[in-house]
Amino acid sequence: MMKKQNIFSVLVGGAAGDGAREAAANLSRLLTNVGFEVIQTVEYPSLIRGGHNFARVTFSDDKIHSDYEALDILVALNKETVDLHFKELKKDGLVIFDCEKQDKKIINLPLCAYAKEMGAPPILRTAAALGAICWILNLDLEELNKIFKTVFKDKAEANIKLSVKGYENFKNRKITQIKLPKPKKIIRKLVDGNEAFAEGLIKAGLENYFAYPMTPSSSILHFLAGKAHEYKIKVAQPENEIAVINMALGSAYAGKRTATASTGGGFALMLEAMAMAGMEELPIVVADSQRAGTSTGVATRTGQGDLAFVRNLPGEFPQIVLAPGDQEEAYLLGGLSLNLAWQFQTPVVVLLDKLLSENMSACQLDDKKIKIISSKPSKAGKKYQRYEFTDDGISPLAFPGDKDAVVKVCSYEHDEKGYITDSSEITKAMCEKRFAKIKGIVKELAKHEMIKVYGDTKSKNTLVFFGSTKGAILEALKYIKKPVRAVQILCLEPLDTAQLKKILKESNRIIDIENNYTGQLANLIREKTGIEVCKKILRYDSFPFEPLSLADTINKILK
Amino acid sequence: MIDLNTQAKNTWCPGCTNFLILSAFKNVLNELFSTGLNKDNVVMTAGIGCHGKIADYVNINSFISLHGREVATATGIKLANPKLTVVAFAGDGDAYAEGIEHLVHAAKRNSNITLLVHNNQVFGLTTGQVTPTSVKGYKGRSTPFGSVEEPLNPLSVLLSSGATFVARTYAGNLQEMQVIMKKAIQHKGFSVVDILQPCISFKDTREYFKERVCELEKNYPTDKLDMALVEVRSNGDKIPCGIFYQVQKPIFEDSF
Repeated sequence: MMKKQNIFSVLVGGAAGDGAREAAANLSRLLTNVGFEVIQTVEYPSLIRGGHNFARVTFSDDKIHSDYEALDILVALNKETVDLHFKELKKDGLVIFDCEKQDKKIINLPLCAYAKEMGAPPILRTAAALGAICWILNLDLEELNKIFKTVFKDKAEANIKLSVKGYENFKNRKITQIKLPKPKKIIRKLVDGNEAFAEGLIKAGLENYFAYPMTPSSSILHFLAGKAHEYKIKVAQPENEIAVINMALGSAYAGKRTATASTGGGFALMLEAMAMAGMEELPIVVADSQRAGTSTGVATRTGQGDLAFVRNLPGEFPQIVLAPGDQEEAYLLGGLSLNLAWQFQTPVVVLLDKLLSENMSACQLDDKKIKIISSKPSKAGKKYQRYEFTDDGISPLAFPGDKDAVVKVCSYEHDEKGYITDSSEITKAMCEKRFAKIKGIVKELAKHEMIKVYGDTKSKNTLVFFGSTKGAILEALKYIKKPVRAVQILCLEPLDTAQLKKILKESNRIIDIENNYTGQLANLIREKTGIEVCKKILRYDSFPFEPLSLADTINKILK
Repeated sequence: MIDLNTQAKNTWCPGCTNFLILSAFKNVLNELFSTGLNKDNVVMTAGIGCHGKIADYVNINSFISLHGREVATATGIKLANPKLTVVAFAGDGDAYAEGIEHLVHAAKRNSNITLLVHNNQVFGLTTGQVTPTSVKGYKGRSTPFGSVEEPLNPLSVLLSSGATFVARTYAGNLQEMQVIMKKAIQHKGFSVVDILQPCISFKDTREYFKERVCELEKNYPTDKLDMALVEVRSNGDKIPCGIFYQVQKPIFEDSF
């Protein structure tokens, strides 16, 4: 067990439309720029105005993997936020709130009046609160103003003036300051999981992106649409997810590196075409950013209920399913997924979820780790056969427009030229050809760390998990009393059964941790290795695990 | 003349009117090749149904897609490489039932692709069920007592959706079909040709169409949307064929 760290949390809350999330993001940017480790989470209901929204910023001078509920500062943009979050304050924690007078832990600050004085819209009042936070945390106001200039450009002036107001108010009243540790001066970038994933795709040569909006996948579409000119990416929003995937496959057939994303419902609409991609051997990346619950579910909350679903596409062909656990992995697996799709001419699924997609963290995205890997080029020419039999199952790839090559793809079973067939010999041979790719896929995946072990690697107590539970689990390791190791599976299909078996066989106690009801990872492990986990810790109330209570639960099991 | 035949075995019924559409398409391609179109830059997509097999019978780039998705596939191909000439083949069940949303939106965005619909008012490959263009009262295997729904007028829908080239032709008139097919492919923007065809196995309308199919008047103006909307609906004793509407509008792919 590690020593307890210097961990600080600030929560900004208000009604939807109050700008709580953007204010918290600016604080996170500031803390990142001065060198802290930062994690920001957001919670909001599926509506545009009203309803309780909040964002929590946790930071430390040491590595943190998850945010913490215990608050040092609560910025309440309405009374409801005080009522809901007051109990989360630490002993010395305080509330910044626009009220008549100071009251014990509640420090009044006339946010609305300041905005009004300035002739600024009420949403800008958060800038005064951020100024006040700069006083409490003894952060250079100039650093905050730099952020305002970057984010708001020529509209930064009012924000800057308001931040000074807040700062001066607290300074004059000598509000107690919090002494922060000295941050390590590491240059990091604040990104959420969706942005990191999209950056990975771009680094691996993304050319076209098609998507239909669906929370929590939409911000990938927004981010790429914003970057479309800079990176010369064509970004389109067609009529529905069925159009999305079919256009994307047309685009891949025409030779462009293409991706799309949705959440469970939209992903379900794409299944028929994804199976076609397997059959026609078209390269495509499809991300499923899972939300909580079944069907429309809880639109703005997190869950891991789609693992069993996405690894069981209709029909049979070699499937690839990757699941990053944090922003840095989302970046690397974003790049890897597009490369695998093109190397092996097959669809690749990336599992994200709301927590990973929308949480922000101060990251070091290592762009040297992603290189563009292309497909086996064709000699083209008159004798071109799209589905030519080869030892490794991969046929040379030509595109319409290539000289003399006639490129015929077909969703029916087909012969080497791509003509429809019902010959039993060819049907068998083509099925085997597609599955022959597995060998190469496994070899390629072996170059990357697809099963990671953390904590006391020799311990016989093992936690197993996939995806975004990583944050809470790695953070919980700091508070688990008995020696324990945590095993993360990043590639779920094809699963490295031999390595996983080896690791799990050394364990006396295996505890499975998932954000779903049925323990889909545990089922996968049993299916592939025959090993049964001893205990499952499952959360399916739409919220992610919280490190301290998770550590408590694990401590009770290991007692 | 480029030989566009393939080694694929043709599995259409003997005497199927799809042979006429196939023949017209190959003739049109050769006409276009002779005036500079590069064969390497042509792609055809197809849905699923009897019509879809046409991709196997033409020796050019092709993408047999899913039932109803040939237009979405074609849009993706065109956006990825606007140099390609992309022609989508569809059936009436395929395009007007399963995938009609893609037609409406392709027309709305004016994607520069061509859609040729083999409209025989029946599902052939699945042995004779009702489709959106079947006449009311049609008795098929899924409607043994007669269908209760009014047929859809697809060209009216596509005109309203913003299609910039809307035409109807009859598979039995090879020469006219070729002229319209060629103009549709040459059109810059979303072009659609509803090709009426008898299905000799499940809905033999040869006599029915022979009596009714007629050409639009010689001086018919093709730039009047209101007139086109009236004209495409005027199917009764006479079924007018020809180009109902053709205008130029900004093209989707040019905006990228």
